[in-house]
Amino acid sequence: MSATTLYGLCAASLVGLGLYGAIVHPQPLRKILAFNLLGGGIFLLFGVIARRGATPGMGGDPVPQAMVITGIVVAFAATSLAIALLLRLFATTGEASLRPGAPTPPGNDQAGG
Amino acid sequence: MSADGMLDAGLAALVLAVAGWTIAARTAFAAVVGFVTYGLLLALVWVRLAAVDVALTEAAIGSGVTGGVLIAAAARLRPTEAPAAAERPGPSLRFAAAGLSVLVSVALAALVVFPADPAPGLGPAAAAHLPELAIGNPVTAVLLAYRAIDTLLEKVVLLLALLGVWSLAPDRLWGGTPGQLQDARRDGPLALLARLLPPVGIVVGVYILWVGAVAPGGAFQGGAILAAMWILVMVAGLHDAPETGQRRVRLLLVAGPAVFLAVGLAGFVVADGFLAYPAPLAKPLIIAIEVVLTLSIAVILGLLVAGPPERERRR
Repeated sequence: MSATTLYGLCAASLVGLGLYGAIVHPQPLRKILAFNLLGGGIFLLFGVIARRGATPGMGGDPVPQAMVITGIVVAFAATSLAIALLLRLFATTGEASLRPGAPTPPGNDQAGG
Repeated sequence: MSADGMLDAGLAALVLAVAGWTIAARTAFAAVVGFVTYGLLLALVWVRLAAVDVALTEAAIGSGVTGGVLIAAAARLRPTEAPAAAERPGPSLRFAAAGLSVLVSVALAALVVFPADPAPGLGPAAAAHLPELAIGNPVTAVLLAYRAIDTLLEKVVLLLALLGVWSLAPDRLWGGTPGQLQDARRDGPLALLARLLPPVGIVVGVYILWVGAVAPGGAFQGGAILAAMWILVMVAGLHDAPETGQRRVRLLLVAGPAVFLAVGLAGFVVADGFLAYPAPLAKPLIIAIEVVLTLSIAVILGLLVAGPPERERRR
């Protein structure tokens, strides 16, 4: 088995692991973590595809590599926004739970006081 | 098995083990530590896949800066962990989730084991125009010439994310200073590190930016390293985060995307259209865009880590 195939199988397993974590963990922070782990697996799949498109003088197809670089940066932007939302939820309700019936932030007339 | 084969097999097993630990860890803090390790191991995998540009980005942004945001959040959210344990789904839902995850993994694995043949790729097309651009690194050429629109839009996404984070603060704090990243102990080892490392780190960051035209590196990677140095100084308490309402800060934030957009629009007049560069000026223009972008990226990343304003603006 070539190294590229090996890392491809590794990437496929990472996607499964991340998906499982995102579904079963009740805490939003753990869901965000699992989602990022899943994303890492998908980026790695792109890397495997890029490596297969290698040409003489080029280690891999540069287009998927550039897409992954853009993807990592956008994933970071989305993660930090999600974390900020989560911390704001915690600050206003004292909880960080997604269960039905969890306290919701007070209405707009009170927020921002 | 050859030495390379053993290295690859060991690395893949390690990545999977750390990923499993990240999902299974009992506390969120332990999971975040696992995730940062996972990111660094992934960077090694990217090197093995001959994608050093991606490896640099993954190590700096995917693992480093993301890790900073996650660790701070895990520390603040520690009181919510005990109640959450009671909300763990029952065995039937866990079993169903495991089944679904295995199904997705197997489908993706099938794609890897039975790939399209011959492998599709745009490598030759990307290489064909490198001499015209005078750029030696094909990844930089894709990011700033062939698919410059993606990069431009991504900068806008970063700015929107920062606006989103800021807008979560109460109205009276708009334009104020982000919260203290950590209780500062000015004489600790962290403060020493924050004095010794930034001079070296800034040189490395600028080098990575400059070398990106011909070798792995570029605006993202260099900007992330500069941001990391700034974050280190803020975390060590040597220098407070700036007020988010300052005109200087706002100008730095939009300078990169604005210059990029201006050059793109100028393409209508001096070249073939939006984001097209006139041939002899392609490289200087790309370098100019990258320099300004690097500054903006560093400031945006640093402020995203610093979070929403928590202290009122001084009038």
